[in-house]
Amino acid sequence: MLANLTAGLDFHSKALVLRAQRQGVIASNIANADTPGFAARDINFKESMSAANSSSLALDGLRGSSTNPAHMATTGSSLGGTDSDRGLVYAAQSQPSMDGNSVDLDRERANFADNSVRYEATLRFINGYSKTILSAIQGQ
Amino acid sequence: MSMFSIFNVSGSAISAQSQRLNVVASNLANADAVAGPDGQGYKGRQLVFETLPMGSAASSGVRVTAVKENNDPLRRVHNPNHPSADAEGYVTHSNVNPVEEMVNMISASRSYQNNVEVMNTAKALLLKTLQMGQ
Repeated sequence: MLANLTAGLDFHSKALVLRAQRQGVIASNIANADTPGFAARDINFKESMSAANSSSLALDGLRGSSTNPAHMATTGSSLGGTDSDRGLVYAAQSQPSMDGNSVDLDRERANFADNSVRYEATLRFINGYSKTILSAIQGQ
Repeated sequence: MSMFSIFNVSGSAISAQSQRLNVVASNLANADAVAGPDGQGYKGRQLVFETLPMGSAASSGVRVTAVKENNDPLRRVHNPNHPSADAEGYVTHSNVNPVEEMVNMISASRSYQNNVEVMNTAKALLLKTLQMGQ
């Protein structure tokens, strides 16, 4: 029952984590705009999102170790550790440069602005969803 | 990897770019410096940037690995009346090209501004995340 209630919230929280990751990747690209030989990277959001949604079923394999039988069973997060590097791709080089740097600063700035707007949108989805759940619980 | 790593990434870039501005400043300050009696004038300096991995593949900062001296020939000007002139009447100046340094300065300051803006956006997003569910 509660799982049905929070399924939509779960989806948006995964999207939020991916948006935060993409923000970090784009920040690295902007930071390395003057580094020779740096290859710009990006996250394929569609693939990462579908991977994150399908891996939630396989979560049971990731359990925290318990040293006492009285400990509660815990499940790991679907988007932690090595999973964060999945879906990471190299961005296409738009203007080849002599030093082998493939960062296009205009594109990265646009991506950064786009990603922050989408991050905020996801945050609003979560806020609205939690308000919906709260009003459903209160039954008013 | 959380969004807090953006501050480390952009912070490393900002410190690298400010170091670059520092080098430009000392190059410009010494652009007209005259060589001493040993004939060794000021040589322009350039920084070498390198990617600095920060934990995961998705976050990589910048570090300065070396300060390289420009090995172009020093600028020699014929001025026999100058106190530092050599036996042939030539005065040796630095090999700094002020136009190149100005371009370098503008590039460094733009990159600096870009990274400051990235940090501001990341901070605004994190503050909004703190208010989630309220």
